[in-house]
Amino acid sequence: MGNNGFSMNVIVCVKQIPDPASPGALDPSTNTLKRDGKLILDESDSYGVEMALQLVDAAGGGEVSLISMAPNGEVSGMRTALAMGASKGVLISDPALLGSDALTTAKVLAAAVQRIGGADLIIAATESSDGYTGTVPEQLAEVLGMASVTFAKKVTITGGTLEAHRQTEEGYDEVTCPLPAVISVTAGVVEPRYPSFKGIMAAKSKPVEQVTAADLGVSPVGWAGSGQGVVAVTQAEARAAGEIIEDDGESFTKIVAFLENLKVI
Amino acid sequence: MALNNIWVFAQVANGAPTTFTLELLTKARTLGGTVSAFVGGDGAAVAGVLGEYGATTVYATGDLAGKLPGVAVSAAMKAVIDGGAAPELIMFPQSYEGRDVLSRLSVKLDRTVLTNNVDIAVDGASVNVTTPVFGGNVLVTTGFTGSGPHLAAFRPKSFAAESAGGGAAGVVAAPVPDLGVAGGATVTAVHVEETSGPKLDEANIVVSGGRGLGEAAKYEMVEQLAKLLKGAPGASRAIVDAGWVPYSYQVGQTGKVVKPSVYIAAGISGATQHMVGMKGSKNIIAINKDKEAPIFGIADLGIVGDVHKVLPKLIEALQARA
Repeated sequence: MGNNGFSMNVIVCVKQIPDPASPGALDPSTNTLKRDGKLILDESDSYGVEMALQLVDAAGGGEVSLISMAPNGEVSGMRTALAMGASKGVLISDPALLGSDALTTAKVLAAAVQRIGGADLIIAATESSDGYTGTVPEQLAEVLGMASVTFAKKVTITGGTLEAHRQTEEGYDEVTCPLPAVISVTAGVVEPRYPSFKGIMAAKSKPVEQVTAADLGVSPVGWAGSGQGVVAVTQAEARAAGEIIEDDGESFTKIVAFLENLKVI
Repeated sequence: MALNNIWVFAQVANGAPTTFTLELLTKARTLGGTVSAFVGGDGAAVAGVLGEYGATTVYATGDLAGKLPGVAVSAAMKAVIDGGAAPELIMFPQSYEGRDVLSRLSVKLDRTVLTNNVDIAVDGASVNVTTPVFGGNVLVTTGFTGSGPHLAAFRPKSFAAESAGGGAAGVVAAPVPDLGVAGGATVTAVHVEETSGPKLDEANIVVSGGRGLGEAAKYEMVEQLAKLLKGAPGASRAIVDAGWVPYSYQVGQTGKVVKPSVYIAAGISGATQHMVGMKGSKNIIAINKDKEAPIFGIADLGIVGDVHKVLPKLIEALQARA
């Protein structure tokens, strides 16, 4: 038992995405994002993993589990989170899931949460860096019938109650919520640790159970379960490039002239 | 066949419907049929403006008593839909609250969601929405294939808000049913971050800073320049994540969408995340050390140089004119 006398089990939803440094592309046959190369842990999710580790630490007991949905049995992004300190993971990898919409994703993740046996807290990023639909955390909460706090930028837990600062358009709200709960956390909420060499070695032997949608009893999935279809893909009108100059110490006069010309100064 | 019934999730700030809400109402009335607004809060106070922009009915939950809108408003919507008044389409602002209500409702109705849209078209019975991807270089048009209500969220400034000159909307009570454990979260305090000068998403001139500033203290140059130009200061996600400035300064996919007359990007390379939020600006000036930076691809005037050298001179020149 730790300071709070409260053991915490936390599940973090992590997405493994194509490296954002390489340009994205659509698969012309399916009009879905191409995810055929090596996948990495979405940086947005590293904040949730870090927060989970800190909360379990503060509670003095419990563990961090990961759930992820990815094609081709991809686990390299999950290994990064395991190397940070998560204990185990469930990977839902199934060709039938191709084309799944956010709602189906939430149903699949909810079933994975139940397979792990639930948790005191489920953490997700506010949105992924590749698809950025931004609805899965709150959909997951609804599928599980749980309370939620979205867009949390500061989180503390005291005796089974979560207190959070929730980002709003105008500032932030202070919110309290009894556990269990689902939260989505903004980037920058905590400083993610770098995996240590020891952590990286240990991660290789941590258990990741691979399951299919059928194993979880979720159907229909993939295209069949998604009430949407791509109708057209078009190139947006390109913006004409303007004048590019090297600063010679006097380039500020160009800016002044530009602003004068627009009559804004 | 056009649509018979459309709802717009209406957001209220400082006692008035947000501009974002009025943009969606304006678009909704071009899609045919009856337009209703759904408010998480008091309806009577906003029925006038919502009616003026095209709503004939305002469904209002009344005071949410500290419950978060996602769980509360979606439950109230579900109750009205179950009562027989289902719309074919519900339009949501892509805002914190819009996203949450949309998400919860999608599960309650077992309907897909389409988010980040910038346009919508109704052709017979099919409803198609358009989403920019890859920083706006590619537009994907997607249709709803199942039955309604179709659920779609739109990015701010996708449509221009125009009054229809309509009279006040009728208010219909749409109380929040018992939420059970799902409604466990309670707001205990509300904090408004003070800002001076024009609002970021309404300013005529926006000056944004990025990682090229090097350190948090240098952001002061951005604020100073914005003030001199009577504009608003903004920021890239990189320096918001680094904690230099509050999230409310962020311009981009996950921040504010701005379309000012002049956008000045100082020390911003132009990540997709950022460009989505500012490429609609009428004139773009970029200052960056790296001449390969993507921001120069959309700049009307690009200065390849050090912001630490260019900005102080620019500020000095503008001060001399004042």
